[in-house]
Amino acid sequence: MRTILTVDDSRTMRDMLRMALAGAGFNVVEAVDGEHGLEVLSAHRPDVIITDINMPKLDGFGFIEAVRVDDDYRAIPILVLTTESDPSKKQRAREAGATGWIVKPFNPEKLVEAIRRVAA
Amino acid sequence: MDELEAIKVTFFQECEELLADLEGGLLAMQEGVGDIETVNAVFRAVHSIKGGAGAFGLEPLVRFAHVFETLLDAVRSGEVPNTVDLAAVMLRASDVLADHVSAARGLGDVDMAASAAMADELKAWTDPSAAPPPAAVAAETVDAPPPAPVAADPDALDDDDLGFDFQPMTISIDAQAADAELIPTNVWTVSIRPKSDLYRKANETALLLRELSRLGPIVATMDDSALPTLEFLDAEAAYVTWSVRVETDDGEEAIREVFEFVDGDCELDIVRGEAPVEAALANLLSAIEPPAPQAAVQAAPEPVAEPAPVASAPEPVAEAPPPVVAAAPAAVAAAPAAAAPAKVTQADVPGPGQSVIRVDPERIDRLIDLVGELVINQAMLAQRVGEYGIAPSSNLAMGLDELEQLTREIQDSVMAIRAQPVKSVFQRMPRLVREVANMTGKQARLVMDGENTEVDKTVIERLSDPITHMLRNAIDHGLESPEERRAAGKNPEGVVRLAALHRSGRIVIEVQDDGKGINRERVFSIAVKKGLISPDVQLTDEEIDNLIFLPGFSTADKISDVSGRGVGMDVVKRSVQALGGRISITSRPGLGSTFTLSLPLTLAVLDGMVVDVAGETLVVPLAAIVESLRPKAEEVRPLGPVGSVLAVRDSFVPLIDVGLALGYRNTSPSPTEGVVLLVEGEDGSRAALVADAIHGQRQVVIKSLEQNYQQVEGVAAATILGDGRVALILDVDAVINLRRRESPRPTEPSLIAAE
Repeated sequence: MRTILTVDDSRTMRDMLRMALAGAGFNVVEAVDGEHGLEVLSAHRPDVIITDINMPKLDGFGFIEAVRVDDDYRAIPILVLTTESDPSKKQRAREAGATGWIVKPFNPEKLVEAIRRVAA
Repeated sequence: MDELEAIKVTFFQECEELLADLEGGLLAMQEGVGDIETVNAVFRAVHSIKGGAGAFGLEPLVRFAHVFETLLDAVRSGEVPNTVDLAAVMLRASDVLADHVSAARGLGDVDMAASAAMADELKAWTDPSAAPPPAAVAAETVDAPPPAPVAADPDALDDDDLGFDFQPMTISIDAQAADAELIPTNVWTVSIRPKSDLYRKANETALLLRELSRLGPIVATMDDSALPTLEFLDAEAAYVTWSVRVETDDGEEAIREVFEFVDGDCELDIVRGEAPVEAALANLLSAIEPPAPQAAVQAAPEPVAEPAPVASAPEPVAEAPPPVVAAAPAAVAAAPAAAAPAKVTQADVPGPGQSVIRVDPERIDRLIDLVGELVINQAMLAQRVGEYGIAPSSNLAMGLDELEQLTREIQDSVMAIRAQPVKSVFQRMPRLVREVANMTGKQARLVMDGENTEVDKTVIERLSDPITHMLRNAIDHGLESPEERRAAGKNPEGVVRLAALHRSGRIVIEVQDDGKGINRERVFSIAVKKGLISPDVQLTDEEIDNLIFLPGFSTADKISDVSGRGVGMDVVKRSVQALGGRISITSRPGLGSTFTLSLPLTLAVLDGMVVDVAGETLVVPLAAIVESLRPKAEEVRPLGPVGSVLAVRDSFVPLIDVGLALGYRNTSPSPTEGVVLLVEGEDGSRAALVADAIHGQRQVVIKSLEQNYQQVEGVAAATILGDGRVALILDVDAVINLRRRESPRPTEPSLIAAE
């Protein structure tokens, strides 16, 4: 079973992701911000990471950069949660090393499709 | 869709928290102490509300949140300066946002006109600094893919219009012209030239090929001619390019979508048709001139003249069936990195997260009841053991001591489950204060204290109404208008202080204003006019102040928009009393008034002193007791016809015989024959309670008298003692007040009850 790490400070969003992902047969681990995400990362070695951008402590950009400079984790695909209205954020996330993105609000099929596209 | 509903519940809970964070942050900004982290937190709050609302399709909420978020984003980036004025506007916007959340929840409506006006006001802050979008757009275009020159134009119009499609084909190359008619229109040639960035972002060419193969059968050709020898190989660089023949009816759009995530990280050409020529030529060229194969490829498409021998086309690496393609070593550089660690994961480990257990409150109530029984049982056991004269050093007695310790700990832990900080109620108040201040044309600042004071959940739920009312009253009746304040030499902005604290085993809520205080003359005359008191009655200042709690009393000449609402302070007082609470007011002319509300922490298990009074066993809350003493005859001084006071270290405190106060006896024995408990009431007033004997300290479980019998003045609750007898718990404040009633002053009982 594939493990997906979701990083989002919003409980609602984490729950939504969990529902969609668990329903599609993924194992889901969660983190509440970038810092926490890095901790969970080492404990669970996810196959794919889904992260929000606006978070306290360590935001999505910082989190992605931190993952990408770590030799152990940098090959893990990272999808960022973004909104239609903000192309500049998507761009910044890509520069930080995001593999792909999911536009909020997402529907479960789109989410699973995005994971399929980046997961080995 | 139960799960979705559950998430929705979570969402609204989260909204409450986010709205509180938002308000807190904005208030800090208004005070001028909001740093960039505050602005960020405020932004995140609105952003998260919008995000969740979007997921549930709550359109009006999303729209308003979006406008708000846009402004906050501009503040965050420094485009719009972070000023106190702006914070004030955003505070009002946060109220509108809260309304939207409530409306989305099905609680109340949003004034759409007001919301639209607020949205316009917010937009006005961002507009003058002229459209922020250009920056974003620019950033986007910079990294847009280098336009694929040949492919783009003709194909943009492809499927619908055969005429357009046909033309370029005829022009292109003579040798191909004949073949063109044979080539099915659903064949595409996709050339992929990845950049190193593609792999750096954990994208993977093999996955792109796999995606392509989902569209239809593919033949992928790999060109590794640019691959240097091992010693010059940069493991992170991209050397390999691909040419893929795709057979699909989905069209170019679908093909392009496969490359959505690698847009800009690879050069991409999508051409209808077989196009073996270009590929072959590219290969050929690169074979001839080793340097800069990419340049050669780019140059290739247009000038092509000589048809290349088909035979020399590079060998296909993978053919139609998708699985094979996926297995192909896509990029030499990325493959080893990507393959290894991913699969070794120890799956199925549950996520850590913050685990929250949701429990039916009834179960906790039951647990608390049971623990109460346990405490009583333990006390009984201890008493029995004592009766049998078992030595305190015996194993049995020591075991019982440990049991008592454990019981106490269990009790504390169980109580802690239901205890919550009053914050949840307090955080609704800043908005109320703003609204009331706006409505009454006053300037008010709310200062809150002790938000983290914990109290049982059941009490918290009932705090909201009285606090709301006291605050309304403080602003509407307490504070003066800015002009009046200025004239009185005060700051035009009034301060209302809301505080929570624990005192004497109860929770005390204070609402204090720095307004004009109670106009006693006016209150007195109104009370007389309404027939609540007789005109010749003599009242202390304190008693006059408390007249406002009398039923039928309303100081406002006309019921004001704010405090009115058909609820007088008497109703508040009654509802507080029904909870076993008390409410009182103290006032200083020109300096302001303070409402004090005290409520039991409920079911709180109480540490009490067990005393004997006229053959009855009573429990006095330990928290109220300052000390116990045996008075000497010379310390007791008579005062008036029946009263007496006790001299305690330079001060005199009234002596109250508990037996007399509660009606157990008609004449009090001399205080020197009994024991005196020096107690302190909630208002800080002291009294000396006279009892016959003290039995010692004990923890008792409070059993509500109101629930099982009815409210009795002077008695807070009851408990069951170790020997199974019921004992009453003394309400110290009420007893002090009762004794004031006994004092020979011709006041009406109803008035005194109001104290």
